[in-house]
Amino acid sequence: MTEILGLYNYWIVIFLMMTGFYIVIARENLIKTIIGLNIFQTSVFLLYITMGKVTHGTAPILKASHGGESHGVEGHGADHGHELHVAAEGHVDLGVDAVKEVYSNPIPSVLMLTAIVVGIATTALALALVVRIREEYGTIEEDEILEMDRNS
Amino acid sequence: MAAPLFVLIGNRKLVLLLTQLVCWTVFGITVSLLSRMQYGPISYELGGWPSPYGIVYSVDYLSAFVMLFVSGLAAIVITYAPKSIDQEVHHSKHSLFYASYLLCMTGLLGMCITGDLFNVFVFLEISSLSSYALISLGKTRRAPLAALHYLIIGTVGATFFLIGIGLLYQMTGTLNMADIASRLQAVESSRTMLVAFAFMTVGLFIKMAVFPLHTWLPNAYTYAPSVVTCFIAATATKVSVYAFIRLIYVIFTPQFAFDRLPLDQALMAFSLVGIFVASTAAIYQTNIKRLLAYSSVAQIGYMLLGISMSNVGGLTAGISHMFNHALIKGGLFMVVGCFALRIGSLKLEDLRGAGKTMPLTSFAWVVGGLGLIGVPMTAGFVSKWLLLTSALSLELWPVAVLMLLSSLLAVVYIWRVVEILYFSPASHLAQTAKEAPMAMLIPTYVAIGSTIVFGCWTVYSAGIAQAAAKSLLGISQVGGIQ
Repeated sequence: MTEILGLYNYWIVIFLMMTGFYIVIARENLIKTIIGLNIFQTSVFLLYITMGKVTHGTAPILKASHGGESHGVEGHGADHGHELHVAAEGHVDLGVDAVKEVYSNPIPSVLMLTAIVVGIATTALALALVVRIREEYGTIEEDEILEMDRNS
Repeated sequence: MAAPLFVLIGNRKLVLLLTQLVCWTVFGITVSLLSRMQYGPISYELGGWPSPYGIVYSVDYLSAFVMLFVSGLAAIVITYAPKSIDQEVHHSKHSLFYASYLLCMTGLLGMCITGDLFNVFVFLEISSLSSYALISLGKTRRAPLAALHYLIIGTVGATFFLIGIGLLYQMTGTLNMADIASRLQAVESSRTMLVAFAFMTVGLFIKMAVFPLHTWLPNAYTYAPSVVTCFIAATATKVSVYAFIRLIYVIFTPQFAFDRLPLDQALMAFSLVGIFVASTAAIYQTNIKRLLAYSSVAQIGYMLLGISMSNVGGLTAGISHMFNHALIKGGLFMVVGCFALRIGSLKLEDLRGAGKTMPLTSFAWVVGGLGLIGVPMTAGFVSKWLLLTSALSLELWPVAVLMLLSSLLAVVYIWRVVEILYFSPASHLAQTAKEAPMAMLIPTYVAIGSTIVFGCWTVYSAGIAQAAAKSLLGISQVGGIQ
């Protein structure tokens, strides 16, 4: 039971993903389709950010006094696959000694910054296209548009 | 090394002349890259960060080859473009058009060159976003709708790919392709790997327009401006095929994809069904552009068929078919662009008898069509022959027979257009049409002519494809030993 609840953010991700995907498939209104697409993309952002978070980890800023430098660099390499597993399974105990800081993995967040930018660009372009479609057809309901195309 | 990209990013607001200059320069750079391939693969570390941490650009035979024809086609098409663009795109949008064109090329080249998985996603989105914008520039009011459909389906595909990358990263802790490959052995059997692989495959299938996921393609190709169709049809789907080859042969090993999962049978079935359904659909089209679009879906099937065979012969055939089909389809869509300019319609009934008033353009169609069918002495023949021999060497008799039958379907739809061009009474639109201007005909003939050249003289196209195939299979075998 705790295992299932401990993975709650993954459940949220999957729920959002399916919601968004369903909206994309099922809605006829073009704006609603785009909203669905956004929800779908956002769920993926959450997925990445979830996997980057290490329990009790702080922001990966090096502090000279803690000698955290070596650990921070290793965090990119072999270590963090392990850390991620721990984070994913929701166990709290990392067994880190008190001197070393535990860092969250920054890379997924950085990747998601890029992906958010891509998502914004996609949304902007999609909205621009919808504006043009509305100018041409006077409606944004997909079935009405297809109807008009068949008749013309 | 990274010069092709930076040149483009720096100059994206430029007008026609500079665009052409840039395209030809990039083409030159890729030629020199390819000629350096005999000294082994090149890699360049961005910002001087060492490989698993920083982003790496790496070039081997396969990526150099794909970049060569992408940039080559881009250069030819942009030389061909001005007249057609003048007619089909509003004047105020020209600079935007060229900007998106270059961005699209940047994205495609970037996908080939990068050694970092997340970069593939970013470049994929750069090229896709700019191609949505390009498609929406089409004249008819259906163009924005086609672009929006493509955008929605394409974004879902790209997001699937992103999920796959995320899961892979979760399992291996790295984004560098070679690094992932070396770490996969340890976690190969977990279910997360299967899910990641499935997401990435489906995502790329959408971008490639493999048969059941191809629905965006015909509309997008039909309503885009002719020049855009030339470029996107010739290159965009091919680059996704390239990414797919990378995914299977470099990141995941063929042992994983083909032995543990029945992906090879699945691919073969999808591609054969796709070839038949799409070719049959092409026969019944009344719009010449839509006809070619369906034929593109069918041709993607041939490439996948080659990939699914997973031996040197099949992979060589798949890669060289990417190259040959890019030339042929690019050339044929250019012919269609000439018709669109002079006749102003792409309905087959309006093209009747155009063979008399536009003899050169029509002849280009005949030659390109022969290439598409795979008649000897054309490039299409080379890759189909390679595909056939490797099917026979694997003793896949039904596949070989089906391939021959499907070529007959291609004969039917190409011949239908030829008959309309030459042997039908002329429609009034075709009677008043003039021959297309030389500025468009010459690039068309360069593309069409090179299909003949590469059909007779296969050292370069098939030879490089074979070297690429060998190195890919070599890499995967090394991966298997580790």
